[in-house]
Amino acid sequence: MRKTLETELLVIGGGAAGLCAAAEAAGAGVKTTVIESDLHPGGQLVKQTHKFFGSKDEYAGTRGYKISDILLDEIKGLGDKVEIKTNTTVTAYYPEEGIYTAMKGEDEYYRIKAKKTIVATGAQERLIPFPNNDLPGVYGAGAVQTLMNVYGVVPGKKVVMVGAGNIGLIVSYQLTQAGVEVAAVVEAMPRVGGYWVHAAKIRRLGIPILLQHTITEALGDQTITGAVIQPLNDKFERVGEPQKIDCDVICMAVGLTPTTELFWQAGCKMLFVPQLCGHVPFRDNTMRTSNPDIWVAGDASGIEEASAAMVEGRIAGFSAAKALGKNMEQTKFDEYWKRLEHLRAGEVGEKIRGGICQVLSAGWEA
Amino acid sequence: MSCGCDKTKLFNSGVLVDRMPGAILPPQAEWEAKKNGYVVIECPQRIPCNPCATSCPTGAVVPFTDINDVPTIDYSKCTGCALCVAKCPGLACFVIDLTYSADKAVIKLPYELVPVPAKGDTVKCLDRTGNVVSEGEVSMVSEPLKDQTIVVSVVIPKDKVHEIRAIKAVG
Amino acid sequence: MELIKEHPILEYKHGKEVVFTLDGKELKGYAGEPIAMALHANGVHIYRITPEMKRPRGFFCAIGKCSSCFMVVDGVPNVRTCVTPLEAGMKVETQHGKGLVPLEAQ
Repeated sequence: MRKTLETELLVIGGGAAGLCAAAEAAGAGVKTTVIESDLHPGGQLVKQTHKFFGSKDEYAGTRGYKISDILLDEIKGLGDKVEIKTNTTVTAYYPEEGIYTAMKGEDEYYRIKAKKTIVATGAQERLIPFPNNDLPGVYGAGAVQTLMNVYGVVPGKKVVMVGAGNIGLIVSYQLTQAGVEVAAVVEAMPRVGGYWVHAAKIRRLGIPILLQHTITEALGDQTITGAVIQPLNDKFERVGEPQKIDCDVICMAVGLTPTTELFWQAGCKMLFVPQLCGHVPFRDNTMRTSNPDIWVAGDASGIEEASAAMVEGRIAGFSAAKALGKNMEQTKFDEYWKRLEHLRAGEVGEKIRGGICQVLSAGWEA
Repeated sequence: MSCGCDKTKLFNSGVLVDRMPGAILPPQAEWEAKKNGYVVIECPQRIPCNPCATSCPTGAVVPFTDINDVPTIDYSKCTGCALCVAKCPGLACFVIDLTYSADKAVIKLPYELVPVPAKGDTVKCLDRTGNVVSEGEVSMVSEPLKDQTIVVSVVIPKDKVHEIRAIKAVG
Repeated sequence: MELIKEHPILEYKHGKEVVFTLDGKELKGYAGEPIAMALHANGVHIYRITPEMKRPRGFFCAIGKCSSCFMVVDGVPNVRTCVTPLEAGMKVETQHGKGLVPLEAQ
């Protein structure tokens, strides 16, 4: 471990939030390095074939994978201000020395020293307990998207989708686009959790959404051959007849949880916030954590839509650039916050608002 | 497979069961006389999304004061151009023209599947839960925004305009 | 390979087709795409057998975060096959148990 990479701003994660953060900071002249663990930048954006919601400022009406191209073009336009390192994972942070370690592929290790860091590590898929939930064929919804939308691989013949949040609904639609049958969407709550229009879109194609149902067992010896589902009552107790559905994929869309290891290692002040789906760092309105050199953006700060992640990335990039001595136009910052507030204003944003107020700090002592 | 048959549960699973703000019909008399049809939007939930309003060239989808507004329509301005049909990320906009013939209407709906039907093809017409309720003949296929959302015009029985919201093309 | 032939939105750009082996058997895949995806396209869904319960495992998250898809690649165990690019001639093996690092294996 002799080699040390030095950079002004380190952005960990090259998804929606990280790319926006990098574009914003580098646009202000900051030498920025983006570390991305996947083989290509874009994060979850590259898997989205549907048009985004929101307003023009968040590329509403543009398909997710195209938004990724737009952001990469913006970054390309900044020349050598941004370097994106793919297939590279940040493995640890050593606060005593302020050093990150990174691994390219499986064999090249090196250190990174950065003046400031934006952690935009995103989220990871949750799983719920049921017998045989470890068998091949029980896949995270993001994994199914990766298979079919990034690499064009048929995920299976017949899918049972667990969860009717936006991801469950959207991936059900995407499976239909890829020619894969969705036998049913199973949802424990008495209503869909995602946008109603996403549900309407798959209902009219004949996909049943079974509210107040849960999966009780996956069937199969070596790989999945079916799923057992059962109705739930208002107290989420299993009632009524279990029913077997033949399928070879059980797609889990039961939520995400923020990826936060680096905040813990950096000693950031953390809190478990159910509305944000896990432990998240406290942050001020510039997205700075309690560690004065570390900012957060995107799902790592709490699970929310990609449109919000992109604005948070802008805010973090702006603020890190300002902390690095760049001259920043404050009106731009106010504009970003206005956009975030709009995105979170409706009933759907109520949960997010309730979560963020628990971890929003008025400011850190200098 | 029971989906819960009461109306609330049906609505909660994504099926429109009543007219409500964000999902209202045009005034009937004007609608029946309106060449090229009127937009019918089915977007009853307040979500942060406004492309229907920002893409409308005539202001018929009334500009939002809050991005979470549900769409409201000024039918005196709607030309039935179907740009919102192509633009809406939720595929929640349709244009329905009641002037086609005595017993037939035309529905313009968004389509993002394969196979893409061609003009003259017969397709199956589906209601809001995917049941086949009639056949229809494709009268036009276009891609207004050149972004892979196809707008398909289908001639359907006039008495089914309140049911049909999707098609199934046979390859 | 089980690939999506026609998609209403996407066009897939695949890399060069290469030959690799799984437990000695020759398979085809696209260079630069993750090993796990190439295996899935070949109908291979079991990537490892767990150390204690001897349960079959495939991939789960496909973003390098969950450890479900660990395999032995060119003698190196615990490789995240969902984010490791396929190369021509790669020797991929189903991982049984925890896997041995190359030094111990010798």
